[in-house]
Amino acid sequence: MASQDSIPGTIMLDGPMATKGYPLNKMCYSFNNASARDEFRADEEAYYEKFKLTEEQKQAMRQRDVIGMLEAGGSIYYLAKFAGILGLNVQDVGGLQTGMTTDEFKAFLVKQGEV
Amino acid sequence: MAKIIGGVTTSHIPAIANAMANGLEETPYWKPFFDGYPPVRDWLNEQKPDVIILFYNDHGLEFFIDKKPTFAMGVADEYYNSDEGWGIPTIPPVTGESELSWHIANSLVEDGFDMTICQEMKVDHGLTVPLNLMWPGHNYGHVKVIPVCINCEQHPMPQPKRTLALGQAIGRAVESFEDDLKVVVFGTGGMSHQLDGERAGFINRAFDIECLDKLVSDPESLTQYSNYDLVELGGAQAVELNMLIAMRGALLGEVTELHRNYHAPISNTGSGLMLLENK
Repeated sequence: MASQDSIPGTIMLDGPMATKGYPLNKMCYSFNNASARDEFRADEEAYYEKFKLTEEQKQAMRQRDVIGMLEAGGSIYYLAKFAGILGLNVQDVGGLQTGMTTDEFKAFLVKQGEV
Repeated sequence: MAKIIGGVTTSHIPAIANAMANGLEETPYWKPFFDGYPPVRDWLNEQKPDVIILFYNDHGLEFFIDKKPTFAMGVADEYYNSDEGWGIPTIPPVTGESELSWHIANSLVEDGFDMTICQEMKVDHGLTVPLNLMWPGHNYGHVKVIPVCINCEQHPMPQPKRTLALGQAIGRAVESFEDDLKVVVFGTGGMSHQLDGERAGFINRAFDIECLDKLVSDPESLTQYSNYDLVELGGAQAVELNMLIAMRGALLGEVTELHRNYHAPISNTGSGLMLLENK
């Protein structure tokens, strides 16, 4: 039987992580609105303050460190909206998390689908 | 009396919406995926269901984790799509069916499923992509849709055992509705995929195919899995298999598999299209 901690490379969004990640996720949820995306683009630091991100969350955002965002409680559903602002799709984000280029990640997916 | 005549499993990923908006269906990447759909479209156009009950999960359009319903359903006569933040085209309104929806809601709560009941509910790609796949060109306005939304984002999530039981309870509710309506149930999402973490890109074709087989002939056996088992075997977002399991529950009895098309990868996922008809 799998448990929360038994699956490598996977951070479960459980209660404690959802609590920790709340400011970051709330900020990224706001990106459903075009005006919020514009406001973020105009002044990222002010936007972090508006949502009271923790220092860990700000650092992960500044460095575009997706794994760091997940470790800081980010939910991929909301982080995907941030990725959209950067013009990144889920293959780009997959590459960023696994240390591959987007093309390498796409090739990896094809290989995964063949097994 | 209302009657459930069959069910469909389908992917609902946003990349499909972009592919359709940009006319990429015949490109080498997309063709093996889209080629699976005409037999299902033909069956739907022949059978002409009045109502689609559609299991999906919201990805942060209507629901945020400030208040996250475990199970939610719509009871409205119309639903709207909206900006999801990453640039997939917003699509025209979806027609609802409030009378049957309220009947199901009453029956479910009576049956021990304490649903969040929504008179307004923005529907995201989890619901809109499957409708546009079945009726391309956004030609789904004639079909009445009842959205049923399952939390697949934040643990604790309902377990497969519970989602199968929810589906069965919906099946019984439909069959106790007096009007003569033909109902088809869609289970959308999955199959194996993981978007987040160093394990991103995980796909498990063998597990997906095993799940499709079991959905046809032995859905109860899928209740042996916990959500963490699904994550281990199919990746972090394979918990979306709960929507397929709920769909199968709603079909109640034995089914005939009329069509299947499994293809991987599409975007980061294994895609399982299947058409089941009630015996």
